[in-house]
Amino acid sequence: MSNTLPIIKFESVDKFYGNFQALKDITISVNAGERMVICGPSGSGKSTLIRCINGLENHNAGKLTVDGIEVFEGSKDIIRLRQEIGMVFQQFNLFPHLTVLENLTIGPIKVRKIPKSEAEIMARKYLERVHIPEQAEKYPAELSGGQQQRVAIARSLCMESKILLFDEPTSALDPEMINEVLDVMVELADTGMTMVCVTHEMGFARKVADTMVFMDEGKIIEVAPPEKFFSNPDSDRCREFLEQILEH
Amino acid sequence: MEASGSMSMKGLPVRRPPAINRFFSSTPVSIVIYLLIVASILYSSFRGAQSMGYNWQWYQIPKYIYSYTDDGFQFGELMFGLWTTITLSFSALILAMLFGLLVALLRLSGLVIGTKVAICFLEFVRNIPLLVLVYLFYYVLGPVFKYDRYTASILCLAVYHSALISEILRAGINAVAQGQWEAAKSIGMSKAQMYRYIILPQSIRFMLPPMTGEVVHMVKSSAIVSVIAVAELTTLGQNIISDTYMAFEIWFTIAVIYMVVIMILSIGASQVERRYTVTN
Ligand SMILES: Nc1ncnc2c1ncn2[C@@H]1O[C@H](COP(=O)(O)OP(=O)(O)OP(=O)(O)O)[C@@H](O)[C@H]1O
Ligand SMILES: [Mg+2]
Repeated sequence: MSNTLPIIKFESVDKFYGNFQALKDITISVNAGERMVICGPSGSGKSTLIRCINGLENHNAGKLTVDGIEVFEGSKDIIRLRQEIGMVFQQFNLFPHLTVLENLTIGPIKVRKIPKSEAEIMARKYLERVHIPEQAEKYPAELSGGQQQRVAIARSLCMESKILLFDEPTSALDPEMINEVLDVMVELADTGMTMVCVTHEMGFARKVADTMVFMDEGKIIEVAPPEKFFSNPDSDRCREFLEQILEH
Repeated sequence: MEASGSMSMKGLPVRRPPAINRFFSSTPVSIVIYLLIVASILYSSFRGAQSMGYNWQWYQIPKYIYSYTDDGFQFGELMFGLWTTITLSFSALILAMLFGLLVALLRLSGLVIGTKVAICFLEFVRNIPLLVLVYLFYYVLGPVFKYDRYTASILCLAVYHSALISEILRAGINAVAQGQWEAAKSIGMSKAQMYRYIILPQSIRFMLPPMTGEVVHMVKSSAIVSVIAVAELTTLGQNIISDTYMAFEIWFTIAVIYMVVIMILSIGASQVERRYTVTN
């Protein structure tokens, strides 16, 4: 918040899947240290937007810059850039053939070339941070959904990246496990990490977001600080959406 | 089975299979039937041989397997043939795996040329009989590249099986969840690192069962190189027969040797599979 340099910058970005346009003229930027929460109905392009940031999807038009480096299809810098961007997926995507500890250290050891012993010390530190230091030797399949997702968060942290992306991190979880994951995310937000988070957990959003974004049909409809976003959004579409999800 | 199951669901009494079926499918009866069939095959071949005036010489067979002379223990000719069969199959298998992996990766590369080349290769190998491939490698490519019959047979078997193996590898790689690629990418792994540390270790589980079948297939299909007179088990068998006219004994013996080798392989393979599923 103190730092106001944009670390992620979309300029008129379009994305097509075949003939279908998933992102339409997206222009938005995220500052270093900013916490942005994106919401919107299913199919509105939230995942597509967030996946463009680390090049899991490639945009077709416009310009996308992350940490001063342009992201585009076939970019040689993308592998290096991905080390700066952690990502947490809806389905956890832990590596099932590796133990929790190995899940956390494989990136630092193989990608960052950090010595194994050092990587393990760091991994245990981050496991502590997500409140499951005792699970280090287990395999992912032996953990509950909430624990798995916290391991996935720790795995991203182990890369010591500047940016963390979350794509609906709690929507595959049983209700009683959602809070343990959200708590960890709130703690992370307090450390000043740049976070872009797709979620429909509005309680969480209110607590941590600096900026709220509402998307619909591939377009960004509303960008506002949470106070304004929740009380008095400009667009009717956004208001209807909020009413719908806040009913529950 | 199904019919009786659905009837019982509707509340009708379950009809038991007729007594005669139960009798024939019980284990002891099955064994007796099996033995009867084997015995009748053996008996009829002996009778056939008898009516041909065949002169059985089983006592001659052991010396082709081993002998014990003043020089001590020695393996017989068939065992040398078996050794050649094994080394031949093993070398071809290693080559076929490397080549198959290359073809599978080419096909998965997403490069248009890579995919085209891989598909052409697969179609080429799949649509040519193995026998013709053997002749091609020995009589056509052999003189061109100046290699001997042993090399020709290894190359030929390797190429033939690499096509099959590449499909096993490709299916195994594709069976790994898409999210694994994404997670590996998102921690900044290169393509080679993703394959090595994330994708291949997970796909082994899917590849192992068809791969063990492929190893057995390799040992069996290695017999075909007898047509270019590589001194493996089948060729040596033929040679012995042309010297001694003991066709029945030798072919029975060779069949049993192949069976024993393949049974040992199968047991080993299922051990490996069990080991792998436990640690996973
Ligand atoms: N790989 C793909 N191929 C074709 N169309 C796709 C692909 N991925 C997404 N789409 C389409 O793009 C649109 C946006 O998808 P996206 O996954 O970004 O939506 P979302 O906002 O994340 O939705 P959800 O809340 O359901 O996750 C959808 O209409 C979807 O069908
Ligand atoms: Mg989504």
